[in-house]
Amino acid sequence: MGNAIDRREFFKLAGLGSVVLVSGCSNLMRGTNQAQQDFHFVQLSDTHWGFHDPAVNPDFGGTLPKAVAAVNSLSQQPDFVMFTGDLTHTTDDPAERRRRLDEFRRIASGLTVPVVHYMPGEHDAALDNGKAYSEFFGATHYSFDHKGVHFIVLDNVSDPTAAVGDPQLQWLKDDLATQRPDSRIVVFTHRPLFDLYPRWDWATRDGDRAIALLMPYNNVTVFYGHIHQENHHMTGHIAHHSAHSLMFALPAPGSQPKRTPVAWDASAPYRGLGYRRVRTEQARAGYTLAELPVVKG
Amino acid sequence: MISRRQFLIGLGGGMAIAATTPLLMAAGSERVIHITARRFEYTPSTVTIAAGEAVILEILVSDVVMGFNLPDLKLRADLVPGQPARLRLPPQPAGELPFFCDVFCGSGHENMNGVIKVVA
Repeated sequence: MGNAIDRREFFKLAGLGSVVLVSGCSNLMRGTNQAQQDFHFVQLSDTHWGFHDPAVNPDFGGTLPKAVAAVNSLSQQPDFVMFTGDLTHTTDDPAERRRRLDEFRRIASGLTVPVVHYMPGEHDAALDNGKAYSEFFGATHYSFDHKGVHFIVLDNVSDPTAAVGDPQLQWLKDDLATQRPDSRIVVFTHRPLFDLYPRWDWATRDGDRAIALLMPYNNVTVFYGHIHQENHHMTGHIAHHSAHSLMFALPAPGSQPKRTPVAWDASAPYRGLGYRRVRTEQARAGYTLAELPVVKG
Repeated sequence: MISRRQFLIGLGGGMAIAATTPLLMAAGSERVIHITARRFEYTPSTVTIAAGEAVILEILVSDVVMGFNLPDLKLRADLVPGQPARLRLPPQPAGELPFFCDVFCGSGHENMNGVIKVVA
């Protein structure tokens, strides 16, 4: 495929450090729309407010506020912030779920960025089909446009079977029908849409159907959370990038029998946690990703 | 999106456990291994079978809707209280086959798992 990201280049760059340059697609961007201009946004993920295991994160009450402060202190403010789910840690008590969502919202309101978008993770939404989440943050799937990029927020968590589901897939199809084949499209999900590691349920039951709907569009990039670590993967020409957590890290897929959280390392506090800055590169129709720490070392 | 209520209605309408019917027909003399499930554990959580032995897993959940997923064999079943689910495991080589709940069932869901040990 002429517009496919060269996998070797992509992963070579990914291995160089915390910054990943996604290249390609430059042939698609001739005649750039006037509305298109470079900007950046910040992805925060898996904040799991309400988690309280000090062996995993002794600063469980302070990590999210530190992340908010870190974003506020960025020398160049992002156009918007996107939280990609698991805002709260799950609880079987509906009242406690709402208390955690309320506390999370209060802390997140400390962001000075004027535009903040949210979406649920299964910890927020799977036990009540997103009811409590929606009371605080509204729709669990939606789309918006910003400076020539079409953003789609897909909910693959409110259904406890971890499916997008037929109605939302139809909505996705209808939403995509408003776009040109060369439109710049960014998709946010919580869980990976592809089978990242089925042994740990790191997948979406009908994610292949969502990918099939996206596949005719030449310039699609997916940002997601759920796995609490960086992962970069291609399905055809579609790039998928997972983000770090802001509460606890999880092991690399298949690196140990179970997906238990990585224990806190006092010699390297906050290691494995962080957030992401995504800068658009209109000239090459790609993105520059910078993985940023919660606390600067 | 499927609500929990719709999910149950769907199951009652016969949409569940796609693998069940042909498996029951093939059951014959195959050993049936019973597994019970409840939030957030399977009992037993370790099942040992012989290499080359085909078995039937019969799984019964006692409390809430959940799932049983054997990803290595791409086999899964929805578990509904009061409705035993059956899955046929074809003969396997020696090794381990992890399984887990794939329907988010509560605060301990992510630790609800087990393993089938296939021994030579």
